[in-house]
Amino acid sequence: MPINYYIFTAIALFCIGITGVLTRRNAIIIFMCIEIMLNAVNLLLVAFSKMFHMAYLANPAKAVTSGIDGQLFVFFIMVVAAAEVSVGLAIIVMMYRNTHSVDVNFLNRLKN
Amino acid sequence: MNISQILFGILTVLALVSALGVVVSKNPVYSVLCLIVTFFAISGHYILLNAQFLAIVNIIVYAGAIMVLFLFVIMLMNLNAEVEPQKSKILKFAGFIAGLCLFLVIVAALKNADEKTQTQATQLAGGDIGLIKNLGRALFNDYVLPFEISSVLFLSAMVGAVVIGKKE
Repeated sequence: MPINYYIFTAIALFCIGITGVLTRRNAIIIFMCIEIMLNAVNLLLVAFSKMFHMAYLANPAKAVTSGIDGQLFVFFIMVVAAAEVSVGLAIIVMMYRNTHSVDVNFLNRLKN
Repeated sequence: MNISQILFGILTVLALVSALGVVVSKNPVYSVLCLIVTFFAISGHYILLNAQFLAIVNIIVYAGAIMVLFLFVIMLMNLNAEVEPQKSKILKFAGFIAGLCLFLVIVAALKNADEKTQTQATQLAGGDIGLIKNLGRALFNDYVLPFEISSVLFLSAMVGAVVIGKKE
């Protein structure tokens, strides 16, 4: 597959996520759209990692691990996303307990 | 048009349509289900790119753990009533236009990007860096410090979630 197809797919997913963040008011939906954006970036990193690995494949000395950094970055992005989701959902639960709603417009003033 | 191109098309359409379903659907539970479909489609992309370990981890971590967490929170809050306040029509339209403009700008900037690279294609076959043997070797040789730091990150996230979510 040409790398352009992966680039355009990832851009489309990222822009769908951005549109969701801009158009919804439910905090949980906004959170899910952030997950979509993270996954778009992950897909692009894996595609680039594969591309560079195929580029080095003719050279057997370097071919073993060239391009493996992209996949490890995806792994660490997943780790950070899992930690972020746990803390973010705890914040949303606390917000629901205080305001009985998950509408982000209630958060426009952060004090009291 | 070989089998990998057909699979790529199917998975891309599935991912994009279900991602749109996350944004469009009124009920948050349907959004979560659409998001799970998106994650499975992206895992299929990983398998096409011969990154099997990441595909399995994507299914286990995202579709398994994170989505269950989302579903728990939604059902705990009894949010599936369709009483969610909506943004005004003009704000929704402005958000849609903004997303579309960003898409057009990035596509226009990157539409000739693959002419600069040496290889223009990622192939289905060949390349075994996605296998767990090579990934594990690289992870525990070159990236052992970030790996340990991420365990500290997990610990602090766990403590933070408990402290925030605790009833006073």
